[in-house]
Amino acid sequence: MTEPLLSVRDLSVSFDTRKGVVEAVRGVSFDLGREKLGIVGESGSGKSQTGRALLRLTAPPGRVAAKTMTFDGIDLLNAPGRQLRDLRGGRISMVMQDPKYSLNPVMTVGRQISEAYRAHAKASKAVAKTKALEMLEAVRIRDPERVYRAYPHEVSGGMGQRIMIAMMLITDPDLLIADEPTSALDVTVQLQVLAILDDLVSQRGMGLIFISHDLNLVASFCDRILVMYGGQVMEELAASELHNAQHPYTRGLLNCLPQIDARHVDLPVLTRDPAWLL
Amino acid sequence: MSDISSPSSTGVKAWLTSENPESHLQASCGRAYYAWLDFAANRLALLGLIIVGLLVAVAAFAPLLATASPVAPDLTQRLLPPSAEYWFGTDELGRDIYSRIVYGTRLTLYVVVLVAVIAAPVGLLVGTSAGYFGGWVDKVLMRITDIFLAFPRLILALAFVAALGPGIENAIFAIAITSWPPYARIARAETLTIRKADYIAAIRLQGASSWRVIWGHVVPLCTSSIIVRVTLDMAGIILTAAGLGFLGLGAQPPLPEWGAMISSGRKFLLDQWWLASIPGIAIFVVSLGFNLLGDGLRDVLDPKSGD
Amino acid sequence: MIDIQDLNVVFSSGADRVHAVKDVTCRIAAGESFGLVGESGSGKSTVLRALCGLATGWGGRVTVDGEALEPTAQRSDAFYKTVQMVFQDPYGSLHPRHTVNRILSEPIAIQGLDKPGSRVEEALEQVGLGHGFRFRFPHQLSGGQRQRVAIARALILKPKILLLDEPTSALDVSVQAEVLNLLMRLREELSLTFVLVSHDLAVVSHICDRIAVMRNGEVVEEVTADALAQGDPSERYTRQLLVASKGYDRAAIDQFEDFG
Repeated sequence: MTEPLLSVRDLSVSFDTRKGVVEAVRGVSFDLGREKLGIVGESGSGKSQTGRALLRLTAPPGRVAAKTMTFDGIDLLNAPGRQLRDLRGGRISMVMQDPKYSLNPVMTVGRQISEAYRAHAKASKAVAKTKALEMLEAVRIRDPERVYRAYPHEVSGGMGQRIMIAMMLITDPDLLIADEPTSALDVTVQLQVLAILDDLVSQRGMGLIFISHDLNLVASFCDRILVMYGGQVMEELAASELHNAQHPYTRGLLNCLPQIDARHVDLPVLTRDPAWLL
Repeated sequence: MSDISSPSSTGVKAWLTSENPESHLQASCGRAYYAWLDFAANRLALLGLIIVGLLVAVAAFAPLLATASPVAPDLTQRLLPPSAEYWFGTDELGRDIYSRIVYGTRLTLYVVVLVAVIAAPVGLLVGTSAGYFGGWVDKVLMRITDIFLAFPRLILALAFVAALGPGIENAIFAIAITSWPPYARIARAETLTIRKADYIAAIRLQGASSWRVIWGHVVPLCTSSIIVRVTLDMAGIILTAAGLGFLGLGAQPPLPEWGAMISSGRKFLLDQWWLASIPGIAIFVVSLGFNLLGDGLRDVLDPKSGD
Repeated sequence: MIDIQDLNVVFSSGADRVHAVKDVTCRIAAGESFGLVGESGSGKSTVLRALCGLATGWGGRVTVDGEALEPTAQRSDAFYKTVQMVFQDPYGSLHPRHTVNRILSEPIAIQGLDKPGSRVEEALEQVGLGHGFRFRFPHQLSGGQRQRVAIARALILKPKILLLDEPTSALDVSVQAEVLNLLMRLREELSLTFVLVSHDLAVVSHICDRIAVMRNGEVVEEVTADALAQGDPSERYTRQLLVASKGYDRAAIDQFEDFG
């Protein structure tokens, strides 16, 4: 395998609270190539904090430490603020859960997309607009001109998330971090948005980190999965090998899902073993 | 000594921070303890609390702290500058300004407490009812509120005092009447968000009357923002009372009201600065104290912060 | 037990008029577990809210346990002792300033029942929370524990019907499993009638015997959970939901129709 796009060793994120230091992420290591990596875990597993730490977006008073955290040869841990800002939204983009909170409500969609582009590429307004319209078309929005002029409240949730994806991909990033990008959407819309994301990622040969609580969805969507619990990686496995998962936590998560075709039995309850967190 | 006291203090702490409280009292105390930790972490808020605490203490022990009568004139000792005998000097009637300031805390507290006791519940009741019932109740109550808000506060207070006659009680009444509308506004805005909450729907589904919902469920959540707002308004109330006193419509001579003291001292401002400046500083310090306290309380009591 | 005929709910604010529920008719027998499934905006929750008086001004005929309901917020005391509801968001359905004890005692006080203390203890026991939780505030509880308290609150008046509005969708899957098991156990023990609203086909078919699939305010079809388990619903829309619930499948997504 060639040099990975992103390499993380021993990443930890800790918060000082009144009750002492809380370690949200502990010793997480992984490599990412131009592939789809899923990070799965329940709430409080540290999956979102891992994603944020990569872009050094950890909210204060959180502290990030790692042995190494490099992106294409750039040391993310010690990069100066300027270089980080250029990376963010330029070569590394992030899509958050709810488009309602990520889009500026008083700016038209088009202006937000073209400004995202102009922030990282020296381009005239006209070029940026053409580029934005192209991008809206790429996320399969039927009437890009109309959406370009629309305000965020005038579009549906699924459309909003497509717009977010368009905005994040317009700078042609090498790595996209998607934190529960479709959890607020209905299941069919969710799959359609993921399909668009899937196509764009494979066409452009990007790396994707897909953070989600939905084990089945991640397993069917990604190439590789990290299962996180209590800030640590419990198990790393190929998505196709999920049914052969070894770790009791992964197995427990799989088993406790209700099944449409196996009814009226008590669901096996996940018992957590403190020994997992050593 | 510390060996003896530390087990009991950890015992109290354990009782306060227990994960499994045994009674409602313990649970409430535990929450109050955490709120206090948050509050105490804010130095300026503590300073505010100390100032307000001092105000209360001085008012309570005024007869012990005062060195002379606040009202008895002594024309032989007129307009003396601050000295070892008269710490803040004397006024145009030879009264000790220090003692007048000390007794003045009682008037200040009297005004502040009475206004808070009258205005806050009225505002809370009007606001929560308007917000909870909506419809015509809301329209009627809020238009009344708007009418009160449309007048400049001091002017309206002046009009009331002019109608009722000057005097400290009437001044308090006038200030209370003019200060409830903002509380009603806040309470209504909070109620509008609270009434859509599932816990309100849940209690309604158990057959609770509107009165029970408002009193037991909506009001407790509005109270904290009202308390914060009232505390922040205290400074304004003190200033309005002082303003009325200054205009001769508040406390009547010889009562040692700070505003009235400034008013009578202003004739001597150039030559005997202490007459007006000392009560001015007192008003400033107490107003500042209430503001700092209010800011600290807002950080602790904000219902949207966590719990 | 519940008889809904031609239920119509229209929300109108100014010029906006939303026909949220269109001619919904269904009949739910005592002891049955009935599911309403659909995507957001399908009107599934509105049906529940009309039933219990949280949505008003509806049209149609609704009878619950022999009592004909009016389209107002008013319900009789008997209704509150028959029908109770569990809400979606355990973080929003418990009063933030009330202890668990207060939350559970209040219905007892409203309905003037005796022995509040032992009733509270019993309800906590029923939902698998011990005495230690009685005097906690909601912020000292996890999401799953909060939802258990919400279920205890619904059970404390000993209702015959429990309305469940997405009771597990805000919970982690492992906690969801615990709450679903609890609900199944309680239904067995207390012979409750369930009406469950959810967007999750797997959850609905786990709990319910009969399922109405809703879209745009209308019932598309009514299927039994067994028919769903065999993967054989008759409507294309239901089949699409079924495919979507299986996870991501690039080829299948291109076949999706927009039912708008």
